[in-house]
Amino acid sequence: MTNAQHIIVVEDLHKHFDQVHALNGVSMKVGRGKVVVIIGPSGSGKSTLLRCINHLEIPTQGKVSIDGELLTPDQKHLNEVRAEIGMVFQLFNLFPHLTAIENVTLAQKVVRKRSKAEAAEIAMKQLERVGIPEKADVYPSQLSGGQQQRVAIARSLAMDPKIMLFDEPTSALDPEMIKEVLDVMLDLAKEGMTMLVVSHEMGFTRAAADEIIFMDEGLIVEHTTPHDLFNNPREERTKLFLSQILQH
Amino acid sequence: MPEQQVDPLLQPHPVIKIEGQRELRNWRAFPWWFVALISIAALAAYTIYAQESYREAFLWIKAGLQVTLSISLISYFIAVFLGLITGLSRLSKNVFLNNLARLYVELIRGVPMMVLIFFIALVGVPAVVDGLNNLGHWFGQQGITPLAVALTAFSNKSFPMTVRATVALSVTYGAFIAEIFRAGIQSIERGQMEAARSLGMSSGQAMVHIILPQAIRNVLPALGNDFVAMVKDSSLVSVLAVRDITQISRLYAGSTFRFREAYMTLSVMYLTLTVALSLLLQAFERRLRRND
Repeated sequence: MTNAQHIIVVEDLHKHFDQVHALNGVSMKVGRGKVVVIIGPSGSGKSTLLRCINHLEIPTQGKVSIDGELLTPDQKHLNEVRAEIGMVFQLFNLFPHLTAIENVTLAQKVVRKRSKAEAAEIAMKQLERVGIPEKADVYPSQLSGGQQQRVAIARSLAMDPKIMLFDEPTSALDPEMIKEVLDVMLDLAKEGMTMLVVSHEMGFTRAAADEIIFMDEGLIVEHTTPHDLFNNPREERTKLFLSQILQH
Repeated sequence: MPEQQVDPLLQPHPVIKIEGQRELRNWRAFPWWFVALISIAALAAYTIYAQESYREAFLWIKAGLQVTLSISLISYFIAVFLGLITGLSRLSKNVFLNNLARLYVELIRGVPMMVLIFFIALVGVPAVVDGLNNLGHWFGQQGITPLAVALTAFSNKSFPMTVRATVALSVTYGAFIAEIFRAGIQSIERGQMEAARSLGMSSGQAMVHIILPQAIRNVLPALGNDFVAMVKDSSLVSVLAVRDITQISRLYAGSTFRFREAYMTLSVMYLTLTVALSLLLQAFERRLRRND
């Protein structure tokens, strides 16, 4: 496959925080419309990789291209590229001083320069897509964790992103709310969205992932299909990790 | 119906009433200080009303109320503006702005307020006037006459003491308020900025739409306190002979030797102002919190 078919291309990415080397040379490609799940022990660099892809963390070394466009440290260019990359956070990070619908319209108006009416229409459509149009005028503090995360997904989708990054989207949720968020993510996957998901939700991985990446100590240990990884992991580290998370 | 086994833990707890203790607690929680405060104010108001000498002092001093209030209010608004700019600069990645803001804050915080007022009014303003004049002469030499005329026209008389006092208070409080804004902005979780940036907003847009609205709401109580403090500290401008209520009281006491009347009345006036303002601010905060 040529690079044109790859919407995310990462080459030799390094990220050093003072003493800690969070990423030690990560290279990967993600095809258009693919769902890729990243797993690995805590501190293995999963989140850092995600945050380097939209340059929330500026990499120490290496290249990231999104849809053929190489990311540079130039702020104006970065802002334009980031608008094309949706990101969903572990702790939702909704804007608490804005209602659900205002959360979804703000960046559309400020970044995409859409009119108030157009932004509101798109926002309602996205809130319907994630199943909570009735909460449009409610502030985040009055929403459950699952509802907040769904608003956060709608907020990203309203920007018409080319890819979506999910950084442990369900790990801060109470168990009964995990399903509603995963259902939204499954729908997105079915609709052909390119998704890069850091998550240990194995049900989601089995149902939606085209590829799975196992990371450890800032490196990609294995990058294969979920079927291969679960049934015949090549590396000893992978086996050990899988035995730990799949036991229960 | 079969008899149900009721878990003893699920039964309502017997209410144990200890009347004496409850009364004691109410008695302790009662705001006695407030009653005392109101009583003092009432007594003072009655004295001012009933006694000729106090009434005369009050009528004299009252004339400075407008100066006190307008200096406080104008200085406060300038200080908030200055504080916001400085607070933002303190957090800016721009090395020059950052250091300039830090220098300003540290300079101001390290010098007593009264000394600053003397310095800004009697050294700072004349220095600026000199600078403007010199600049005017320079423009004159370059043949840019309109600018030269405008700039050399400034003299120390162009800046009356009231204006200098306002500048001094604004500059001083600007540094304090800068620290309030800085703390307020830093109290907003990092995730807010990250979410805004991940949506493609510039750091300026994120500041205006996401960070500042939350930060300002958080620091409103502290800003209110500083306004009350500003009203009190405006009494320091009397050292520049600005005729605020403090200066007029001093003049009145000096010429009539009625020190008790003058300073009693003055204290009660400040007390009334600050207590009224504090109560207003409390009500405002309560309303804000109700909206949350």
